[in-house]
Amino acid sequence: MKEIVIKADRLTKKFGDFIATNAISFEVEKGEIFGFLGANGAGKTTAMRMLCGLSIPSSGEASVAGFDVYKQTEKIKQSIGYMSQKFSLYEDLTVKENIRFYAGIYGMSRAAIKEKMAALLDQLQLTAEENALVKSLPLGWKQKLAFSVAILHEPKIVFLDEPTGGVDPVTRREFWNLIYEAAAKGITVFVTTHYMDEAEYCNRVSIMVDGKIEALDTPTNLKATFNAASMDEVFLQLARGAKRTAD
Amino acid sequence: MNAIEVNHIIKNYGVKKNIVKALEDVSFDVREGELFGIIGPDGAGKTSLFRILTTLLLADQGTATVYGFDVVKNYKEIRKRVGYMPGKFSLYQDLTVEENLEFFAAIFNTSIKANYDLIKDIYVQIEPFKERRAGKLSGGMKQKLALCCALIHKPIVLFLDEPTTGVDAVSRKEFWEMLKDLKKQGISILVSTPYMDEAAMCDRVALMQSGKIMTVDTPENIIKEFKKPIWAVKSDEMYRLLTDLKKYDNTESCNSFGEFHHLVLKNEEGNKESVLHYLQEHQHKNIRIQQTQPNIEDCFMELMQE
Repeated sequence: MKEIVIKADRLTKKFGDFIATNAISFEVEKGEIFGFLGANGAGKTTAMRMLCGLSIPSSGEASVAGFDVYKQTEKIKQSIGYMSQKFSLYEDLTVKENIRFYAGIYGMSRAAIKEKMAALLDQLQLTAEENALVKSLPLGWKQKLAFSVAILHEPKIVFLDEPTGGVDPVTRREFWNLIYEAAAKGITVFVTTHYMDEAEYCNRVSIMVDGKIEALDTPTNLKATFNAASMDEVFLQLARGAKRTAD
Repeated sequence: MNAIEVNHIIKNYGVKKNIVKALEDVSFDVREGELFGIIGPDGAGKTSLFRILTTLLLADQGTATVYGFDVVKNYKEIRKRVGYMPGKFSLYQDLTVEENLEFFAAIFNTSIKANYDLIKDIYVQIEPFKERRAGKLSGGMKQKLALCCALIHKPIVLFLDEPTTGVDAVSRKEFWEMLKDLKKQGISILVSTPYMDEAAMCDRVALMQSGKIMTVDTPENIIKEFKKPIWAVKSDEMYRLLTDLKKYDNTESCNSFGEFHHLVLKNEEGNKESVLHYLQEHQHKNIRIQQTQPNIEDCFMELMQE
């Protein structure tokens, strides 16, 4: 039987009169790569913050890794990993220090960190750079390291907020290989992106417009439904109708 | 006269052991009235180049001119004549939309009224919010305001450093439409972007990576330079398909491109059938193989390997 790791039911967040996220409902399965798309201001960030236990919903229900988004936010935080393009690693710490710091924050024991450290450095071919400051690494390495750190504690779900922005095309694809590997290990991947070719790499994609989920399906089905040749066209058809432009 | 000429520019940061080579011998020209794109990822050196050309940073070696003015000797002349929109939002957050625009007009000894024609089409979109503080605007509106402020003194060259980064697909398309309109008014435009698909919107582009320009040409010619056939391949299990195709002994390169993988073969003999046979041996289902056209990203990746 399939295991549901994220379940949202009419999840809503209001700021005064403004309904940032308007009664969104969806389910995400274990090991699924779930693309969370929408124009700027559609309400993606607000929805993600609620799912990460950082913002209490105004109404509706949701559970993440089996924990309630109202009452069990600390449990949620322990069960997820998070990475964004804007904030991922501490530039003034070394590679090793970043790994130790994040692993500690995610509650891993010293013994477990020690055990995982060597394997991770080896896997990323960063052993020679372990004492280098993160700011001296090329962006592509940083992003791969940031992702690996976000899943070091083997979370059930990893949230990736525009993880590949500004990254070169080769590194962008290598990054997606890491995503596929994580998903194959059973980690659920919840990802936002502005690259429409990346929407094709997701098992299913949701597209938010003005606070609501206007479409949710596999890329193949979405293209068929909207009679579009690419996900880019599907996105444009839906997002062109948007009335909101706020961030 | 060329709008911009860049000759053998070198720029390094840091000292001794920790030298970062931001620009390594960069040369190119932008013609008058051209919409010229610098396409490259973060760390390619785009911003260093823009700062040198807008006279905000000195190169270590090499020369550059903007409409014949030297970026070092004639920096004041350049500053009067160019508009610059930095990658980071740099307007006054606590001034309103209108105040920001008035401020930039005043600095250049002009008024909103004097050059209103140039910004009209863009400004009308943010005019309903003219009383709002710039810091409270959405990303798309900030971008439009910044463009208006960069245009208000009627520059002859416009420098736009990653104007579409972090902006959604719809707003990106709209922004490029605005640039095309500005080009029609005779303004030369140098614009940088990490989005490879935006290359198609430019007259000519420079593909840039790690401080070096890999090629300069029209997007059409860059694509034509990609000589080998590309096969678009898909099956039911795309990730396994990718790893299997990478292992195939006749594979030169294989990369994901949305719905398909793009496969380039070392040897084209018996191409399609051999690939199909190999994939069937590996139990792939619903295999589709068809020839396809390269795009700028294919070309960029090929150039990166050289």
